[in-house]
Amino acid sequence: MALKTDAVGKQWPAVTYQASRAKIAEYANAIGAENPVHFDREAALAAGFRDVVAPPMFCVVYSAPAMGPAILDPEVGMNFSAMVHGSQEFEWGEAVCSGDEITTTPRCAEIYEKDGKGFYVFESTSVNQEDAQVVRGTWTNIVRGV
Amino acid sequence: MEQGDQIPELKVTPDKYLPHRYAGASGDFNPIHIDQEFAKQVGLPGNILHGLYMMGLVARANAGLAHGDPRALKRLSVQFRGMGVPEQEITVSGTVKSVDGDRVVIDTVAEQGGNRVIRNAEAEVELGE
Repeated sequence: MALKTDAVGKQWPAVTYQASRAKIAEYANAIGAENPVHFDREAALAAGFRDVVAPPMFCVVYSAPAMGPAILDPEVGMNFSAMVHGSQEFEWGEAVCSGDEITTTPRCAEIYEKDGKGFYVFESTSVNQEDAQVVRGTWTNIVRGV
Repeated sequence: MEQGDQIPELKVTPDKYLPHRYAGASGDFNPIHIDQEFAKQVGLPGNILHGLYMMGLVARANAGLAHGDPRALKRLSVQFRGMGVPEQEITVSGTVKSVDGDRVVIDTVAEQGGNRVIRNAEAEVELGE
């Protein structure tokens, strides 16, 4: 069966997420990050940040609300029961601090078949309120038996 | 740092409720991570760790080279292979692949009980003074 590739190039609506001290601290605690710049505003200011700063991988928190509709889109048509998150890449720009408004735009970059598996590659770009890029993500989901 | 140098190992044993806390922190409530019974019904040994949580540990290990400075990690790519489970130690280790000025590229692996749960991870870190 040929893999459906109609969604390649499709973009989904941008979603804006407001970073807060509480969410940054909650995330930092969950992954065990210990640097006080994630928890204490004074420590963050002393280190040269505008406010409490997020660990780099906090990008999954502010990207998720934008990525959900892309991944779930019936036009993409992934078979979720046979899907795994195969690989992930992030490239970071400006740091994200509490109070920042981060806008993420998802796009379907590629859909292809290899060794009987379907590879669905999404890209996301996230910018802050000053339009500076904070992260670029490449999300690859693999579906068995396409 | 020079090519071939090892980064300090990061060892973490996620407790039984870690997947629930990570679900709350990240917003990913997929039941395979937080519901034992559901996970077993779909053929898993039990609830499994979020792949992106393990990627978070890999990021932490690499940021550790710059004393945890969140600006230091410039790029990280990983492949998720195998499943991580709670209540078993995870070891993140890495080897310097190349050095270009204050930028180093590190090959990183996360392993749990002899199973490489993240492999072919490549991190680019900018070292401060």
